[in-house]
Amino acid sequence: MKLKKRIPVIDQGDKLGFWGGKFGGNFVPETLKKPIEDLEVLFNKLKKDKNFINERDKYFKNWVGSPTRFIKLENLTKHVGGAQIWSKVVSDANGGAHKIYNATVHCLLAKRSGKKVICGDTGAGYAGKMLSMAAKKFGLKCKIFMGAKDIKRQQPNVKAMKKNGAEVIPVYSGSQTLVDAVSECMRYWVANCDKVAMCVGSTVGPAVFVRICGWSTSQISRELKTQLVDEFGSIPKKLKLYNCVGGGSSSFGFWNEFMDYDKKQCEFIGVEAGGPAKSKKHAAPLTYGSKIGILHGAAQYVNQNTDGQIEETESISAGLDYPGISPLHCFLKDTKRARYTAASDEEALNAYKVVTKFEKLRPSLEPSHAFSVAISESKRFSKDTIVVVNSCGDAYKDREIIKRRLGKKYV
Amino acid sequence: MSNLISHAFKKAKSENRPALLTYTVAGDSSKKLSLEILKSISKKVDILEIGVPHNTPVADGSQIQTSSYRAIKNGIKVNDIFRIVKDFKKFDKSKPIILMGYYNMIFQYGENEFLRKCKISGVNGLIVVDLPWPENKKFASKCKKKSIFFIQLLSPTTTKNRLKKIIKDSHEMIYFISMLSTTGGKLKVSSKEILSNYNKIKKINSKKNVVIGFGITEKTIKSLKKADGLVVGSAICKEITDSIKKRQNPVTNVYNVVHRLKNKIK
Repeated sequence: MKLKKRIPVIDQGDKLGFWGGKFGGNFVPETLKKPIEDLEVLFNKLKKDKNFINERDKYFKNWVGSPTRFIKLENLTKHVGGAQIWSKVVSDANGGAHKIYNATVHCLLAKRSGKKVICGDTGAGYAGKMLSMAAKKFGLKCKIFMGAKDIKRQQPNVKAMKKNGAEVIPVYSGSQTLVDAVSECMRYWVANCDKVAMCVGSTVGPAVFVRICGWSTSQISRELKTQLVDEFGSIPKKLKLYNCVGGGSSSFGFWNEFMDYDKKQCEFIGVEAGGPAKSKKHAAPLTYGSKIGILHGAAQYVNQNTDGQIEETESISAGLDYPGISPLHCFLKDTKRARYTAASDEEALNAYKVVTKFEKLRPSLEPSHAFSVAISESKRFSKDTIVVVNSCGDAYKDREIIKRRLGKKYV
Repeated sequence: MSNLISHAFKKAKSENRPALLTYTVAGDSSKKLSLEILKSISKKVDILEIGVPHNTPVADGSQIQTSSYRAIKNGIKVNDIFRIVKDFKKFDKSKPIILMGYYNMIFQYGENEFLRKCKISGVNGLIVVDLPWPENKKFASKCKKKSIFFIQLLSPTTTKNRLKKIIKDSHEMIYFISMLSTTGGKLKVSSKEILSNYNKIKKINSKKNVVIGFGITEKTIKSLKKADGLVVGSAICKEITDSIKKRQNPVTNVYNVVHRLKNKIK
């Protein structure tokens, strides 16, 4: 299995949509074959179309707010006493997280295909909130599928979705979290694919959704590349990019433009959700060696039992609470381009405490996982090492959990 | 290639009626009960479809989901399903059985091992909901070598060009999904429209036995009786759920439903 240079990773799949011959694909009911093919044709055409790219860039710049800040965390760097720690503050983006890029592109595609309704899944509520914002902006009706458990724990985002006019449909099946929301959303699309467009909230699902999402979030690394050159004159000799990984959309977008650099120069570190320290359950299929299986239309490493039933996950962060992982990350892991590890709930909470103590930055619980590993590894790096953490979400949505776990003063 | 499934269609045709296919989930609500249900409906049904329950089913509506979750909760494993098939075949070896499920269950078991177990336990056909054409070509030919029908699915969204290619690669039985829906949806198109799509398939190759499924209930079955076969699934799963709720015997209640279905297409 080999990663090719000078070809975007999203375009390195084979004819049937498999990366490295075994990750991804289209394990979908026959009914979805046609709408998926239509979407592929449309996306392949538009991603080469200058007008479409200009349109995307216009919305990214004026509406999403690009570029998001790239800042040095001076106090944290001093406290840790090793590498220089920087952050790409993607939570600056309109709506407060990276999910806005994928949502915007899906709405633009839906408009081009003449669809009037868009449906989507959500875990932490960010994908849903952003889709509801974009749908409102582009005049589309919006339906969001969300696990009943997530609705309870991510109320601020639920309120935002409703305010934007979206219908939030609670999903009571299975574990009542993201995995069930994605299943229910796909089922809804099976029944309504003639009139409704679907947005998958991360780099997961049938191959075309993986590609569209990766293409959209790559805006993050495009900006970062320019910002690094502005700051250092060139891409630093020792660069380490830390990102949390749930489905894998923000990390893929954070790394994409640096793919062709040698990993000795640009190292990618993906941090999965290890779950509570005392629990055997986790949402870290890459770290804990889960087997390849099929989930939501794609072959990937996924938490499952020997029979092939998908296993329940556990994580304090709803956005990482997913048993599978993007085929793109499976590919990056097996080609050894990226390195994956996990942080526990407690480690993430602790990192949140440290970051908010030293900096004017409030990373949500998802990027707090990445901060945890970045902080602990930075100690042993030289001072000319540039560590960048993608702060891809804002902690506003997590205030209830943080209040309960850490106390009022941390909110 | 001929197997019990072909005989079942021939028999129904000789009686001038469509074949009746039922779908029940293996292990719903227990291993023992699901076998009893199969035994009791067997004489009214031409082909038995047995669902392999999966916990992330992307094409099933709420009725079949409920049955599947119940079966999984009660501990059903793939090996138990083969045992149910084997035990059923001891009771009635001439009744064809089709397993229907999602690909991950086969993938984890290993394609070859799964087919070997199908063969020894007496499975005659397979429907894999999320392994569409052309992805299923290799697996379908493995099935053929074991004389197990791999049943291709067709949908109203399948383009004409694709229809031709799939039918060409199909074995003797084809499953036509009546409408854009998950299983158990309310029939939202007219039977006339469904039959017109059905005829398009038959026109391409009249020799294939084409069954229609999704949305078929006691109310709708009669209007589609021109088809080679009709599948009823969610309506039966719902009957099991309702029986449990009412503390009635699911075996008798399901038998009564199947009996009424059969009378409507005689």
